[in-house]
Amino acid sequence: MDIKVRVWRQAGPSTGGKMVTYDVKGISPDASFLEMIDVLNETLILSGDDPIAFDHDCREGICGACSMVINGVAHGPEKATTTCQLHMRKFSDGDVIDVEPWRAAAFPVIKDLVVDRTAFDKIIQAGGYITAPTGTAPDAHATPVPKKDADAAFEAATCIGCGACVAACPNGSSMLFTAAKIAHLGLMPQGQPERDSRVIDMLQAQDDAGFGGCTNAGECTTVCPKGIPLSLIGRLNSDYRKAITKR
Amino acid sequence: MTANDFWAEGEPVFDKAAPDGPVETRWERRKFSAKLVNPANRRKLTVIVVGTGLAGGSAAATLAEAGYRVKSYCYQDSPRRAHSIAAQGGINAAKNYRNDGDSVYRLFYDTVKGGDFRARESNVYRLAQVSVNIIDQCVAQGVPFAREYGGLLDNRSFGGTQVSRTFYARGQTGQQLLLGAYQALERQIGLGNVEMNARHEMLELIIVDGKARGIVVRDMVTGEITTEFADAVVLASGGYGNVFFLSTNAKGCNVTASWRAHRKGALFANPCYTQIHPTCIPESGSHQSKLTLMSESLRNDGRVWVPKNAADCQKPAGEIAEEDRDYYLERIYPSFGNLVPRDIASRAAKNVCDEGRGVGPGGLGVYLDFADAINRLGRKAVEAKYGNLFEMYERITGEDPYETPMRIYPAVHYTMGGLWVDYDLQSTVPGLFVVGEANFSDHGANRLGASALMQGLADGYFVLPNTISNYLASGPFPAVKATDAPVVEARKQVEDRIEKFLSIDGDRTVDSFHRELGQIMWEYCGMERTEEGLTKAIGLIRALKEEFWTRVKVPGKGEELNQNLEKAGRVADFIELGELMCIDALHRRESCGGHFRAESQTPDGEAMRHDDEFSYAAAWEYFGADGKPVLHKEDLNFEYVHPSTRSYK
Amino acid sequence: MAASGALLVLFLFAHAAGNLKIFVGLPDFDHYAEWLRELGTPLLPHAWFLWIQRVGLLVAIGLHIWAATALTIRAKKARPVKYAHRPKVQGSYAARTMRWGGVIIVLFVIYHILDLTTGHLNPEGGDSNPSARVVADFAPERWYVTLFYVVAVVAVGFHLRHGIWSAFRTLGQQTTKGERRAQAIALTLSVLLVAMYLSVPVAVLTGLVG
Repeated sequence: MDIKVRVWRQAGPSTGGKMVTYDVKGISPDASFLEMIDVLNETLILSGDDPIAFDHDCREGICGACSMVINGVAHGPEKATTTCQLHMRKFSDGDVIDVEPWRAAAFPVIKDLVVDRTAFDKIIQAGGYITAPTGTAPDAHATPVPKKDADAAFEAATCIGCGACVAACPNGSSMLFTAAKIAHLGLMPQGQPERDSRVIDMLQAQDDAGFGGCTNAGECTTVCPKGIPLSLIGRLNSDYRKAITKR
Repeated sequence: MTANDFWAEGEPVFDKAAPDGPVETRWERRKFSAKLVNPANRRKLTVIVVGTGLAGGSAAATLAEAGYRVKSYCYQDSPRRAHSIAAQGGINAAKNYRNDGDSVYRLFYDTVKGGDFRARESNVYRLAQVSVNIIDQCVAQGVPFAREYGGLLDNRSFGGTQVSRTFYARGQTGQQLLLGAYQALERQIGLGNVEMNARHEMLELIIVDGKARGIVVRDMVTGEITTEFADAVVLASGGYGNVFFLSTNAKGCNVTASWRAHRKGALFANPCYTQIHPTCIPESGSHQSKLTLMSESLRNDGRVWVPKNAADCQKPAGEIAEEDRDYYLERIYPSFGNLVPRDIASRAAKNVCDEGRGVGPGGLGVYLDFADAINRLGRKAVEAKYGNLFEMYERITGEDPYETPMRIYPAVHYTMGGLWVDYDLQSTVPGLFVVGEANFSDHGANRLGASALMQGLADGYFVLPNTISNYLASGPFPAVKATDAPVVEARKQVEDRIEKFLSIDGDRTVDSFHRELGQIMWEYCGMERTEEGLTKAIGLIRALKEEFWTRVKVPGKGEELNQNLEKAGRVADFIELGELMCIDALHRRESCGGHFRAESQTPDGEAMRHDDEFSYAAAWEYFGADGKPVLHKEDLNFEYVHPSTRSYK
Repeated sequence: MAASGALLVLFLFAHAAGNLKIFVGLPDFDHYAEWLRELGTPLLPHAWFLWIQRVGLLVAIGLHIWAATALTIRAKKARPVKYAHRPKVQGSYAARTMRWGGVIIVLFVIYHILDLTTGHLNPEGGDSNPSARVVADFAPERWYVTLFYVVAVVAVGFHLRHGIWSAFRTLGQQTTKGERRAQAIALTLSVLLVAMYLSVPVAVLTGLVG
């Protein structure tokens, strides 16, 4: 199939950028979206142009590196799918496809479609863990965890930290990301001792990083490749309320 | 074939750190004999850790908890994205929670046997011992393992073992374990005990006075080259499956850190041992950039077949009559059928495709058919078991596996070879430690399912932190300065190489070379290897190397984010590694585990080991780009598990 | 947002309930208006309680707008560069129209006060009975006023549907059952309020009240 892509090109962190149009001809419908960009890049290199920089790694939907806003939707038109798992058969011959980076002050563009997501690591540093230094653990069966809680914790823990929630949020908020980690750890008995400080510190880190505030708009969950539900934000709010009243 | 045009033979290599005596107490005794570092002195010691996967992430966190100063590096934008995250199946541990006769000894036995008697007994026993601590540690970190209704951990049997010792978190065990290690690491970063350098790539090892004292890194955002110093360097940079271009590895996985260390004197052991996974989604065309693994559990209910007649291969599967289908695994291996081990299933698929009976694009695929299972169990039951895998398959191929049989084909999945290390995980360069998939130590010629995660975490959480102290106890070592001659030289090597890549300005892209290398490796050093093919491959690789250094085109500058420059360095190293892999495969005139030499098979086509000649680990020493690698043999002795032949008929 | 919003929802219900008095009879409606001013007497002087309420309401509205503005400014700061391809609304339109909906509602409330409370914009003027102002306002020949009210009240309905549901979430609602309940409550309350508010102008327009 033949398509046109309009891609955000930006040479470096401090330079401006613009949308540039490229023709991609004869691409297989079985190619993934990233493979389409690979093919385009090969032609750009040979014609002496700068290839498009983009983040990607595992290409099987689990590492969370790929990050493209396609026609205004983070990770593109297919639900519950990362960019790397989106295939060209979801588009039609002759389509013009807009490709942009995640847009958020907390995720500054490094080059083209590559953004800096260290802000997410900062949120985890603030409290997204259970303190359990190596060697201190009791036997794994010492504390049974109800299956219901373990399953719910797992669902929350499937977050891949890609940042699509932030990219899609009209407020540029990272609430869904933070809420997923709060829920994962808060649902496990091992996570209880740090539960209050965790929510307070992680929210503070999130504000400090320059993310916007949550207004429950719900765009985040619609683009989340792992389908993290919005209800986890309610859980975070509940944890937060309890934590500050205890203070 | 002995030492010849391709290699030379040197002195044997010995593992001097390994204690002897009863295998059960070797680890205990080593921990006791290892020198300790006073807690007050640990702040004065710096350790560099390259890589943040299960091994590197857990090692960095644990060393920082112990009080060492840690500098951590990864090429990804966050330590959480290391490729350990993609492991699906599970992690083994000899907990015997099922009371089904499992024990440390049985896990040890299974692993030595599964590795086709090409692993060290001491290491494997220790791995089985610490496996139980790993599960405790991960649960304490909040890893949401699958549980039963009573709230206790669930186990399953995995990869053909007769006991249920695999712990799992749905199909995302690697992700959950890695997040546990990542969170522990982030905690230490937040506390200021670890200096994290994401988007930094190690491009050279710095050796001063015979000791590993630092690395040269490139900041992948600014292109800045810096030299980083420490008292010890730990490589946790993963495997080299991407030498095949198409593999289940992440696109960024590379051998550069290991290869640079190898060029500086670290021996590289058993490079030819590669594990090929039988159930991957086949290539769909020339655009293919990587292969995706489908869980092996699919073979529990799916039946593997190809058309009996090559003429039928172009027909839709539904039009091929039952009597024209060849369920070849069930035919050749009546007792194990579709559940034969990975290497056997992979080779059988290759054989039928070589006969021209493969299906799908390029004839590189076999059917994995669920029609019988759907008839027998009902669509609902099949959906409950494999729904997410079917969905994944449909997303990638656009075909509905409930209606048409899946197509699968083997793909490179894991590399058992790696830098040679002793029992302490120290390489032949003092102060250079290697953990996880990057080392060669624990799996032998073949890795059992659910053992990769176990080894990565064993090394990082429990082994390295206990053994590295023995080395660090003689530190802190004299300060290294950026102006010291070896440092200046290492830095210059990196800068010159980058300059060279950018100045060739040829007419072929880096990826085109990588693809070509991959094709050579897959054809001649893949599932089945022959003397003739390997000799040919070495010639082809040498020609490719020549062409690479004259015709590659790397766009852009060094002082910016330049993904093609990054790739160029990695591919250049893969080309050199590819040659060594072929030489290793050529020298090992036996079939064992992930290495199948066509010349060494039983009359009915099964792998044949030659324990009399090849019961050793082959550790290779680098002798210049045009020099012959030198083989150092480490003899393997089996005091507990005596070599026997596998049979799955 | 949730706390100030909750106060405003309470007010809306009290106000709507009062409005319905008109169906009992026009004099009763006027009597109700007078009672509002007498409430709290003789403890408080005439109309003081009403003013206290009004001040309270103003504070709630002020807080609500302040919080909304702060969130909007943060959102603008959090995304300094806009998308070239305008993102599709994938969540709910009610959620994505809160800001503009809020502005429209503020403008409407100002008009509404000048129209029916002070009478400045009412054909009857300020010295008339409240019921007379209502009847005059929604007379059939002034159908455009009724239409404007309908549009504004529907906007309030949308604002509330997301607002009420969102308030539950902010206050910690997180279960599946609670989610269904919150959605049902938000929808029921908004529809109920819209119906209550629209019943009066429609009744006047169709001559049911007059």
